[in-house]
Amino acid sequence: MLFEHAKILHAIRTAKEVVGRKKLQKMIYIAKRLSFPYQEKFDFHFYGPYSEELTLQVEELVNMGFLDEVKEKKGGYFQYRYQLTKNGGEFLELFEQKLPSTLDECINDMNKKSSRFLELVSTVLYFDALPREDIYKKISQVKSKQRYTKEEIDEAFQYIESLKSMVNNQQME
Amino acid sequence: MSYAMEKLREEKVFKDPVHRYIHVRDRVIWDLVGTKEFQRLRRIKQLGTTFLTFHGAEHSRFSHSLGVYEIVRRIVDDVFKGRQEWDESDRLLSLCAALLHDLGHGPFSHAFEKVFQFDHEYFTQAIIMGDTEVNQVLRLVSADFPKKVAEVIAKTSEKKLVISLISSQIDADRMDYLLRDAYFTGVSYGHFDMERILRVMRPKEDQVVFKKSGMHAVEDYIMSRYQMYWQVYFHPVSRSGEVILQKILHRAKELHEQFYHFKHEPKHFVTLFEGKPKLKDYLELDESVVLYYFHVWQEEDDPILKDLCYRFLNRHLFKYIEFDPATEYKKYMKLVTLFTDAGINPEYYLVLDSSSDLPYDFYRPGEEEERLPIQLSMSNGEIRELSRQSEIVEAISGKRRTDHKLYFPLDLLKDESTKKNEKRQIKELLGING
Repeated sequence: MLFEHAKILHAIRTAKEVVGRKKLQKMIYIAKRLSFPYQEKFDFHFYGPYSEELTLQVEELVNMGFLDEVKEKKGGYFQYRYQLTKNGGEFLELFEQKLPSTLDECINDMNKKSSRFLELVSTVLYFDALPREDIYKKISQVKSKQRYTKEEIDEAFQYIESLKSMVNNQQME
Repeated sequence: MSYAMEKLREEKVFKDPVHRYIHVRDRVIWDLVGTKEFQRLRRIKQLGTTFLTFHGAEHSRFSHSLGVYEIVRRIVDDVFKGRQEWDESDRLLSLCAALLHDLGHGPFSHAFEKVFQFDHEYFTQAIIMGDTEVNQVLRLVSADFPKKVAEVIAKTSEKKLVISLISSQIDADRMDYLLRDAYFTGVSYGHFDMERILRVMRPKEDQVVFKKSGMHAVEDYIMSRYQMYWQVYFHPVSRSGEVILQKILHRAKELHEQFYHFKHEPKHFVTLFEGKPKLKDYLELDESVVLYYFHVWQEEDDPILKDLCYRFLNRHLFKYIEFDPATEYKKYMKLVTLFTDAGINPEYYLVLDSSSDLPYDFYRPGEEEERLPIQLSMSNGEIRELSRQSEIVEAISGKRRTDHKLYFPLDLLKDESTKKNEKRQIKELLGING
């Protein structure tokens, strides 16, 4: 159990700071879909793939004092900001397992993107068994309120390819 | 008459201890129940290892699936019928999705999914869309009907109201399993007034709402759910059985990867061990098959596999202590070292297990939460979120409760014929006498 928590801490330490619960959910889902060893179970919710298990782990890490969570008002809603604490760093020293260095690269890259975009990327990945044309349709159905444009969806496809090549290039080196 | 509209000449009923009768008039439903993929659910227990604690909990996913179907049937035929917001053409879709929502569950699903890293939802989709009897029946309705049913179950359909009937914080799935599990475990909690809840349900564009006059019945449902999670579903003894089950599967997988020569070749497991389970193999796996392997694995040469199988089958479970990972994680690492020194493999015999539940949560517009709230319809037509109206629900909203336990085989630690000093140190750290 604790080793799975350590993988979440690893991602947050790598990113230095993750702003938004939704963003963290999508980053871990995308990392899992890129075959990094995250084991949380995801299914489809309002904002795309979501893991109740991951929510729980993050809450536990906050309660254990390993993660610092700051709730802040942004416009009309609240968002959460996560950083590793000193105790979290000590815990990580004991429980951290060797993870591929490309994971860090992908995490850092994803962390620069907006949570709206990562929501789209993770949703495209969720439906990636469908033909491309059906994915456009599916996104307009299940994400009608977000009003994603075709250009944004194309950008999401490109981004997935760039992440995949980041992972593959490293493997070949 | 089209197959979708075809009715049986006479209504069929299944006698049921929870709903008294399950009523079937639709040919499609009758044919689905008769498929081999649905009949397989008779051989999969609804509550996994809970029978080790509550011996009555031997009921199957078959009876639960029929129960969910019956609740949805009553909602759409008795409560929603004729209401403006309800599209009657979604009736059959709702009934089929309710009946088939758990179709992909395998034996001891939770443990299998954890160890072999797959989701039963994947198999639900695969059975509905694949080369199966269920798919053949659904295709008789229309070529795209299997896809529509699969999308409702996966929550990726645009029909949000239909999804909310089987997947929300108060849905037919939860209502059936709470009542059914309470009945079969014999516990006194878990009961609530489902009749009243059904009577106050109203269809809205995106989800079901509840008339304010039924709020107390909804409160009772939420409290029942809370009690059932902590008294039944997270019972520490059942969790001990679950821990051992997971470790058996881990061990068998590890041995397979090490090219261990099994006396009884686990051919039903091979594709799972190799991370590419095939639908055909998966459908052959039910609890009778799994328990057969556990029996024969007691004769294996590997001491860990045979011991764990013996423990599971004979209920020689692991003992446990409360454990706080925040303050005791260094102790955990010490225990790992001591277990290794004592010759007891900590990977299989020292297990930290957590249970957690959030009884009810609500979504505030614009926030990042993912739970659909329970909405009340007020007498003036306004819609209000439940916890804003109910003090009881407000008190538990968003409050997660978590429990951590550390499991270990006390009998091995008590045997001081070998590694006496290490075992004594372990017992001291665990706070165990003798």
